[in-house]
Amino acid sequence: MSSLQDKLIALQKQGITEIEKSADLKQLNDIRVNLLGKKGPITEVLRGMRDLTKEERPAVGSFANKVRDALTESIETRKQALEAAKIERQLAQETLDVTLPGTPVKMGSHHVIMQTVERLESVFLGMGFKVVLGYEVEEEKYNFEKLNMPKDHPARDMQDTFYINQDILLRTHMSPDEARTLEQHDFSTGPMKMIGPGRVYRRDTDDATHSHQFFQMEGQYIGENVTMADLKGTLSFAIREFFGAEREIRFRPSYFPFTEPSVEVDISCFKCNGAGCDVCKYSGWIEVLGAGMTHPNVLKAAGVDPAKYGGFAFGLGIDRFAMLKYGIDDIRQFYQNDVRFLSQFK
Amino acid sequence: MKISYKWLKEYVDLDMTPEELANKVTLTGIEVDGVKHPDAGLKKIVVGYVESTKPHPDSDHLQLCQVQISADETVQIVCGAPNVAAGQKVIVALPGSRIANNEKIKKGKLRGEISNGMICALQEIGFSDDVTPQVYADGIYVLPADAEVGQPVYAYLGMDDAILDLEITPNRADALSVRGVAHEVAAIYAQAVHFPKVALTEATKKASAVLQAQVTDVADAPSYNLRVLENVTIKPSPLWLQRRLWNAGVRPINNVVDITNLIMLDYGQPLHAFDYAKIGGQTIEVRRAQADETLTTLDGKERDLTEDDIVITNGADVLNLAGVMGGLDSEITNETTTVILESAVFEPTHIRKTAQRYNLRSEASSRFEKGVNTATVLTALDDAASLMADLADATVLAGRVSPTVLKPADVTVNVSTERINRVLGTTITTAEVKAIFERLGFGVTEAAGIFTVSVPPRRWDIAIEADLIEEVARLYGYDRLPETLTASASTPGLLTERQQLIRHLEATLEANGLSQALSYALTTPDKANAFQLTASQPTSVDWPMTVDHATLRMNLVSGLLDDLAYNAARKQQNVALYEQGRVFLKQHQATVRPHELEYLAGAITGDWQTATWNQPAQPVDFYQLKGLVESTLAEFNLTTTPEFAATARHQDMHPGRTADILVGNQVVGFLGQVHPRVSQQYRLPATYVFQLDLEQLLALEQQTVMYHAVPRYPAITRDIALVVDESVTNAALTATIRENGGSYLSAVQLFDLYAGAHIDTGKKSLAYTLTYQNTAATLTDDQVNEAFAKVVAALQTEHAATIR
Repeated sequence: MSSLQDKLIALQKQGITEIEKSADLKQLNDIRVNLLGKKGPITEVLRGMRDLTKEERPAVGSFANKVRDALTESIETRKQALEAAKIERQLAQETLDVTLPGTPVKMGSHHVIMQTVERLESVFLGMGFKVVLGYEVEEEKYNFEKLNMPKDHPARDMQDTFYINQDILLRTHMSPDEARTLEQHDFSTGPMKMIGPGRVYRRDTDDATHSHQFFQMEGQYIGENVTMADLKGTLSFAIREFFGAEREIRFRPSYFPFTEPSVEVDISCFKCNGAGCDVCKYSGWIEVLGAGMTHPNVLKAAGVDPAKYGGFAFGLGIDRFAMLKYGIDDIRQFYQNDVRFLSQFK
Repeated sequence: MKISYKWLKEYVDLDMTPEELANKVTLTGIEVDGVKHPDAGLKKIVVGYVESTKPHPDSDHLQLCQVQISADETVQIVCGAPNVAAGQKVIVALPGSRIANNEKIKKGKLRGEISNGMICALQEIGFSDDVTPQVYADGIYVLPADAEVGQPVYAYLGMDDAILDLEITPNRADALSVRGVAHEVAAIYAQAVHFPKVALTEATKKASAVLQAQVTDVADAPSYNLRVLENVTIKPSPLWLQRRLWNAGVRPINNVVDITNLIMLDYGQPLHAFDYAKIGGQTIEVRRAQADETLTTLDGKERDLTEDDIVITNGADVLNLAGVMGGLDSEITNETTTVILESAVFEPTHIRKTAQRYNLRSEASSRFEKGVNTATVLTALDDAASLMADLADATVLAGRVSPTVLKPADVTVNVSTERINRVLGTTITTAEVKAIFERLGFGVTEAAGIFTVSVPPRRWDIAIEADLIEEVARLYGYDRLPETLTASASTPGLLTERQQLIRHLEATLEANGLSQALSYALTTPDKANAFQLTASQPTSVDWPMTVDHATLRMNLVSGLLDDLAYNAARKQQNVALYEQGRVFLKQHQATVRPHELEYLAGAITGDWQTATWNQPAQPVDFYQLKGLVESTLAEFNLTTTPEFAATARHQDMHPGRTADILVGNQVVGFLGQVHPRVSQQYRLPATYVFQLDLEQLLALEQQTVMYHAVPRYPAITRDIALVVDESVTNAALTATIRENGGSYLSAVQLFDLYAGAHIDTGKKSLAYTLTYQNTAATLTDDQVNEAFAKVVAALQTEHAATIR
């Protein structure tokens, strides 16, 4: 018996040494087959039990099983270690240079003029204004006449106009929409609150600060109890939303034929914060929009009773807003559509 | 309008700085563009006395001048001015001085001769050429003989003043005068104005004895007044008068002309002076010009007159364009001895039109067209006559010759405190309102908060209640008005569905790689005409400024090609742009006003993706563009699926690579490659474009979005590869597959297209994956095989397809 046991002990020792030396899974599997297979040495030993006595057999059998278990366990442990090492090696091979550039995804950009329009739209939509889009080719009477600018009104000097014929023209401002909307509005449904953004045209020679085509947004709020204090409150809110809460705002008298009283709105200069610089022409202030209480003649022209209803209107240059906000120094860039310009406005 | 602070101070008591005044005036109603101190930056510029001159030994034009620069110091100054002479008082920039443009003057040598400073021309100390008197334009300026040697020159030249530059809006033409501004400033500071009284001494001889006048149409000249002045001596004006003029930006000429300009600046009333001897007769007549008449104006140009021009004549010949410009023939010259002085009110519109017609905007015409103070037409005339008596030794003949006279009257306007507060959102008291009207110098009576306000003629801009409310608001202070967000009925602020869908389309295109462009809507007639989706006649503007911006676009593609060309010229070759905007269409040439239609267009050129380290460059192609268009169209969720039909009808597009986009029978757009001939004109490589008519698409029926159960049973797919004639289209094959696919066929997808080796010439191979799906049960292979066999058979019979 002892000779069998000794054989088993020797087998176990030798087997474990081989297992631990195995370099890969295939080698390990070969060892397993060699050691534990049907033609392996342990089977051989067990076969030799026939020569043992009945009394001796259980002890030797049990010992042989222990040896086999020990070897099996050792193989399993080694297998896990080899598998782990294999994965490690694979991962090491798969390592990437994560600093290489990503595969580009093509994304377009929204035009800065439209971004400006939509930012302002959202501010006014939130205050209950609706967005109205009128005609670019307008009737002279809506562009001028109904806005308290009869023929030969000196204020028409301020607006050089592209005419199609004497009655039809390219709108010079967004006010015609106000006149049209006002005419159609049913005050029994509540006050009239609208903004109108769009393209306008003037006979200007294109240069860094002039364009024969640009964008304006006008707005109008007419109701029974709309005051100049509301004008100030509404426009201050919108201007701060757009230009930043830290801007100082100043309202000063001005003149537009379609409003009375009329207002010009300035904000403190971004660049110098009011100290005076080239951007604000050393005044500390930048003019951003014109507004006023809608002129009674405009209300009358739309069939609205100025004794009962009143309110305010305003107009602002979208191009100017964008130029001020982003420091753009040439208005032509908006319409040249250089991709190196367009892509800057995310 | 340039307003002298010193002049203003003669009319109103001012104790604030010019800058403080400017800020206050700006915030109260008239924007002050800036305050200029003419002597700013100047240093050590004094009165000198030229004791003697002798020629520079080494120059043919320089003079060596011995100049006394203080009571006990005379120095040598080299001077090159042609008019320098002994006995003159001159402007001397001493060594260490600063002259205009911050230039420093140092002691130095000029061709070997010491020069201790410089004798200056007016321009050298900051005067503009426009205001420098002609006689000193090309030489040094000569100060009056009583100028004190060694004293700074600034006060003599009016340079110690401050000049406020007022931006006058068209309604406030009353402020185109020093007196008007004085009233404004007085109202702001609650001060009184004080204007000097002018006494006019008339001769016994009557003006009417030597001059008659008539106005044909009172409406053309509602007030027309003349005075006659005899024994006039034409000479330069005294320095005080010249100072006022040049500080207001007006060049001094001679005493008579200067006085008319001074009065215009002072009162805002333009005056005109005629040489009596040259009018040819004793008559002045105001009438309309006749079509065949001409006039040579003061600038020497002959003008062909029209019946819309109001003119001044001698009863026969035209002398003047009324209120705009005088005629050369009756101009004041140094020989003039008898002067006719005119002060009038002309019909504003005609003046404006005439000034525009001849491009003759002048200080006078701009005042006449905006209106003048009817209360001072005669005062201004008399004041001018009186000054001419003083400064030109004139004898003023008795009486005015006035064929038309306006009786100035106050305008009465009513307003209530309640109304003011309702409009302004304020709580201003009746007493405060009353005080404001009084400060403005308006007559005011009040009972129970209701005001009756008498507005004098000098404020002809005020006629209605709203005008008075504005006066109250601005003098109360815009900055003191509260800021509120109105408490009136709430209104829904919503974008319309159409507005939302357009925004959504834009976002889709941007997410798909196209950048938004905004091009010019006015373009050349050719570009406006190109790429039309629906045939249209062009709409052009009258008198375009350039041919580049003459006609309204009838397509959006030309503008995008302009943009691509602009980019390509700047080495930006790979560009993908879209534009959403309007086109202007009309069916008939005779129609004036076009329809305005919202369109959407895109253009791609160069590489869609440039080569990167991990993928090759991907040039733009038709199918790239088609995919973009399909995904854009998908956003409309139409009940009828858009179809693409090959077309050669667009002459600016590639005839074999263009498709019309059809929904039912409607052509809603097109896409394809720009004709190589056209892209070459734009210097562009292969470029693909699409254009969609949003109006049509938005009007089409959309599917209602309803939930469909996600299939619970597996789908089964079958692939089929077939060889057909090259002319057989994908659309035809797909249609056959769908028609014969049976009720379980849920999708057909082309996954391969091949022509070339291993395929007969004239043939092509296509391969499709057909997906079968039963939403109610698991499909069996038999069901699918049966359905698939029908498709195979149909393809064979309908398209002579060989199944591979």
